[in-house]
Amino acid sequence: MEIFSMDIMQLLIIASISAATPLLLATLGGILSERAGIINLGIEGMMLIGAVCAYIVSIYTDSEWLAIIFSLLGGSALGALLAFLCITLRSNQIVAGLGITLFATGLSSYLGKSFGGSQPQTQIPNLDIPWLDNIPFFGEIFSHLNWMVWISFFIAIVLYVAIFKTRWGLHLRALGDGPAAADNAGVNVYRYQYLMTIIGAALCGLAGATLILVYTPSWNDGLTSGRGWIAVALVIFSRWHPINAIFCAILFGLFETLGFKVQLYYADIPPYFLKMMPYLTTIVVLMWVGWRNKNKPNGQPISLGKTYIREQRG
Amino acid sequence: MIKKIFIKSVICAGIISSALALTGCGDSKDDMSLVAAKSDSPDIAFLYIGTVGDEGWTYEHNRGRLYLEEKLGKKVDFVENVPENADAERIISQLAQDHDIIFATSFGHMDYILNSSKRFPKVKFLHAAGYKSSTNMGNYFGKNWEASYLTGIAAGSVSKTNKIGYLASFPIPQLVYNINAFTLGARSVNEDIEVNVIWNNSWYDPANERSAAISMADEGMDVLVSYPDSPATIKVAQERGIWGVGNSTSMAHYAPDAYITNPVWNWGVYYEKVVEEIKAGTWEGGSYLGGLKDGMVDLAEFGKNVPEPVKALVNKEKKRIISGEFNIFSGPIKDRDGLERVGSGEKISDEDVLTMNWFVEGVKGSLSN
Repeated sequence: MEIFSMDIMQLLIIASISAATPLLLATLGGILSERAGIINLGIEGMMLIGAVCAYIVSIYTDSEWLAIIFSLLGGSALGALLAFLCITLRSNQIVAGLGITLFATGLSSYLGKSFGGSQPQTQIPNLDIPWLDNIPFFGEIFSHLNWMVWISFFIAIVLYVAIFKTRWGLHLRALGDGPAAADNAGVNVYRYQYLMTIIGAALCGLAGATLILVYTPSWNDGLTSGRGWIAVALVIFSRWHPINAIFCAILFGLFETLGFKVQLYYADIPPYFLKMMPYLTTIVVLMWVGWRNKNKPNGQPISLGKTYIREQRG
Repeated sequence: MIKKIFIKSVICAGIISSALALTGCGDSKDDMSLVAAKSDSPDIAFLYIGTVGDEGWTYEHNRGRLYLEEKLGKKVDFVENVPENADAERIISQLAQDHDIIFATSFGHMDYILNSSKRFPKVKFLHAAGYKSSTNMGNYFGKNWEASYLTGIAAGSVSKTNKIGYLASFPIPQLVYNINAFTLGARSVNEDIEVNVIWNNSWYDPANERSAAISMADEGMDVLVSYPDSPATIKVAQERGIWGVGNSTSMAHYAPDAYITNPVWNWGVYYEKVVEEIKAGTWEGGSYLGGLKDGMVDLAEFGKNVPEPVKALVNKEKKRIISGEFNIFSGPIKDRDGLERVGSGEKISDEDVLTMNWFVEGVKGSLSN
């Protein structure tokens, strides 16, 4: 890898993209369930469970792809729990989501602890695309990224097409905005909501698996260090749009990376200030978006967080 | 009506007296532990901030506990995930009722241990990494800066770009003196070495550490040091084909080609020693500062790619430190603004090392405190 021949901008972009992958996957998961009207505050917990599943399975099987499958399964199990609580039992979505995160934090620590110390030998490799090297600047950036980066981009594009270009997506959007209308039109509201919550949770599990399989091959309690909560903000920041989510996640990755770059070049800027930047950006962007669209809908699914009860007047 | 009140007061009296009886039990049990303390086999408990599988700080203390179990031939209790708040004091009080010696292994447990030591004067308390003590509470720590210096020698010897990246947790003395010791070691073999410090303000955040490591590697640094003890940083070193240094425990298996070495803890030797002293009645509280000499601090085994002459040089310096012939903080030492902090022939006392808040010449990075 001719890493030293690249210029600073290219390296910065590569580093931002790498830092963005788990955020992007978790954000996409959040977008899916929120599009169906279910708020997912269990993202952090689902990431932790996905991570611990990937960790344990890769120790046992030495197969990174099996680890991915089990992280998807682990995430979706929690998604099914969230769906059962919010849709079937009609409980408060905020409380259910927070409960799942708290529960999953404990469960993942418990599961991970018994394996503490062992480390999986498998890691997801980079995908080398030699012919891209011939394209200056952008080609060089994209020629040596990790497989997970490509998988996350691919999922974002698939979701974009599915949500905005298919009949299925039309149903999904209708259901997020007005479940009663969708129901009248013949959409099976509960089935859709269940499905979207579970698939969304599976993506959060995959986000957690990325941390183990690409970032650090060891388990420790609270491995995600709050990334699930950043994803919750990114869902809003991206205005529930998968393609926006790519750029929002990379922007956050950029701030994380920039924080370190700036420390190397300008020692006078306190690192605490840099650590604050991504969150400050979120607030500023939310204010800007809110101000610009103050007389327009903000992109949030209209019935988000409201339990749909069949044949009951809204 | 009167009857009712009577019954109520009888019940109340019953509850109060049984409560008194219970606390009485607690007291007498306390006296029992006084007797037990003098016996040959004290009951010992450890308090951990994390879990024993954290592959770092708590893992190393637990290794010490297991060593102690082996030496004493009896079970040594432990409690994991003890938070650094008032909950700790509750846990300590419970343990103090049926243990004779309690080890607390995190800085933030200090005040709760101190309070408990006053409430349970018969129990001996030992606290790692702190600075407070009392008649029955001692503190202990190790001069891991000695091992950092040796690691610096190895890193300075293998660096080709003369730029080393040091990922640091928080701007506190513990980090500052380790960075300084590492830099002094590296510059003792190569005066052009510059150590670039990046703060990530976290003890554990692998994703963040990875981003930091990538940034450092992108800047042409060819040795990456990580004080936070997750393997995220040395993994980046392995991927990029450069050198990596970890912390706390041997990390060669995470990055076999890139690994140099790093300071490791060896608490077991101290635990055995202090328990023997308490058993013999010669222990007097106060502070204990271990080092390379008594083995509390040591260097991990070298990675397989470290050249033989480098290993030999490090081992030679290690012997000089152990014999007391050489103090790593002996002058002349300039800080990075060119001010001479330690004159020729002088050295920095251990107390001053433990409160160090300035960087030596050769360190780059912010230090705002």
